[in-house]
Amino acid sequence: MSFAWANQYEPKSAFTKWIDEKLPLPRLVYNAVGAGYPVPRNLNYMWNFGVLAGFFLMFQIITGVVLAMHYAADVSVAFGSIEHIMRNVNYGWLLKYAHANGASFFFIVIYLHIFRGFYYSSYKAPREMIWLLGVVIFLLMMATAFMGYVLPWGQMSFWGAKVITGLFGAIPFIGEPLQVWLVGGYAPNDSTLNRFFSLHFLLPFVIAGVVILHIWSLHIPGSSNPTGVEVKKESDTVPFHPYYTAKDGWFLGLFLIFFATIVFFAPNMLGHPDNWIEANPLSTPAHIVPEWYFYPFYAILRAFTGDLTIPFTGIILIEAKLLGVIAMFSAILVWFFLPWLDKSPVRSGAYRPLFRKFFWFGLVPCMAALFYLGGATPEEPYIVLSQLATAYYFLHFLVILPIVSQIEIPKPLPFSITEAVLGKDGDAAAPSAAAGSAKPEGDAPDGALQPAE
Amino acid sequence: MASTAEGIRRRDWIHVAAISTAGVGGASVLFPLISQMAPTADVLAASTTDVDVSSLEPGQSVKATFRDQPLFVKRMSPEEISEVQAVDASGLRDPQSLEDRLGEGNADILVQLGVCTHLGCVPLGAGEGEDKGEFDGYFCPCHGSHYDAAGRIRKGPAPTNLVVPEFAFVSDGVIRVG
Repeated sequence: MSFAWANQYEPKSAFTKWIDEKLPLPRLVYNAVGAGYPVPRNLNYMWNFGVLAGFFLMFQIITGVVLAMHYAADVSVAFGSIEHIMRNVNYGWLLKYAHANGASFFFIVIYLHIFRGFYYSSYKAPREMIWLLGVVIFLLMMATAFMGYVLPWGQMSFWGAKVITGLFGAIPFIGEPLQVWLVGGYAPNDSTLNRFFSLHFLLPFVIAGVVILHIWSLHIPGSSNPTGVEVKKESDTVPFHPYYTAKDGWFLGLFLIFFATIVFFAPNMLGHPDNWIEANPLSTPAHIVPEWYFYPFYAILRAFTGDLTIPFTGIILIEAKLLGVIAMFSAILVWFFLPWLDKSPVRSGAYRPLFRKFFWFGLVPCMAALFYLGGATPEEPYIVLSQLATAYYFLHFLVILPIVSQIEIPKPLPFSITEAVLGKDGDAAAPSAAAGSAKPEGDAPDGALQPAE
Repeated sequence: MASTAEGIRRRDWIHVAAISTAGVGGASVLFPLISQMAPTADVLAASTTDVDVSSLEPGQSVKATFRDQPLFVKRMSPEEISEVQAVDASGLRDPQSLEDRLGEGNADILVQLGVCTHLGCVPLGAGEGEDKGEFDGYFCPCHGSHYDAAGRIRKGPAPTNLVVPEFAFVSDGVIRVG
């Protein structure tokens, strides 16, 4: 869907006309990311992270395919092949550090992208599908990153694989056989490593497919914006090219400066030193932790130390291990229900004072705490802090958000994006940009609160 | 819009600057991605082979490997040398004299790849008791190419003589190939 005033693709040369008739790919690009896609004019930098995520996906695929030319997935040679890449392959050290840190930066980008979705309620109608597909992409990313980390077959690779595959054993009845089937044995072994390599190579292309659906479903309603007020007229938008191609390109350049700084000057900062030791199935490292981007979920997993029992009897309903697994997965599954948990008619956090308080003083500190606690040692006081943070996390999404969204009094919304950007006078002065169209239907003359469409 | 008489706009400068910078950036990203497919350091390290020839008797051969391929190193006996020199080199399919194949300052050490120039099999004749073919040199059993004692093709489908790789004496008794 495009807005009525969108620029139309016009092939000029005989060649472009011929292509447009036979396979209208240039038209598709023009309408998706070119001058043919009108985007709200007031997007802030939090909107840059989608494009950045797409860039990092491509970056990981390219560096990954190239690394796969030199990597060998067999327990006797895997670690050695990493050393071969680091020492023998031309620029192998650069490829390894680029790919490993690329994964970290991909997660930084994605967390900021999701963070934007939380604050501006990007998940609300009519954009629920985009959000659901996005959560699917996140789950696929977690699986891909987990399997990728196992491939170097260092101590953390092996023991991380042991812990995470061990979680499947917690599932009642089918857990044990399921775990043995997944692992291809009784502990991570050659079969596990080989299948993880195959799936790690496959999943990014599955992610790419879901990303295409994600962007397609976005282009139906078009982008949201920081006011949460939908696009009404031409002066509300600018064509994607050149405005947002320039803005995204600039921000990408800035972000890559940070990325290059880490890759070249602190390439092991985000990693764990134990992973430079070859895997030893007989010796567990002192502290097993996943990569930093899994810390909050690891904190939730470890928070459950007691079984769920019927009080005063010895009957165990759910073991602690299973409780942790359920909580960890639920922490992400709860995001699927956000479009229906958040009942406010107002989208943007900028116009929701009570929501904002719980966001900045509730959710964000809770997540920051969970990040920190996931990397901490499993002792007091970290355990009780993890339990409190986990409790608040679920309370926030399942109780606080639905209640706050229904009882809060939002601030008055701007009448339109143009008004928000140019002010009331600018709105009246904009008619020529609107190509002489009359005022669109459904506006209240005093610009008072309008429900999100 | 600022424009000169030639119609150059101010923003053209920034377009050119941005695209050139992106081009330099793109090239510097592309370079490692292409370079990584070139032979790795361990393959390059294995790209020369040293062979000790001091203990070779006249007429004795040794088989080595060079860049993952078989290498035939032979100290030619006086009979082989005179047999080979008696042939008119210009009448051969791949005209080469013994002096061409031995190189300057080398009287009898013949170094050649043990790879038939037809389709790549390893010819017989370098080891004890192997079939030397009709010309007392090497015989390739795959399609019947016969080489003489200097490794020159005399009969059969192979187009050229056995390949003599680049080599040099690093000391009296040791040659370095490659």
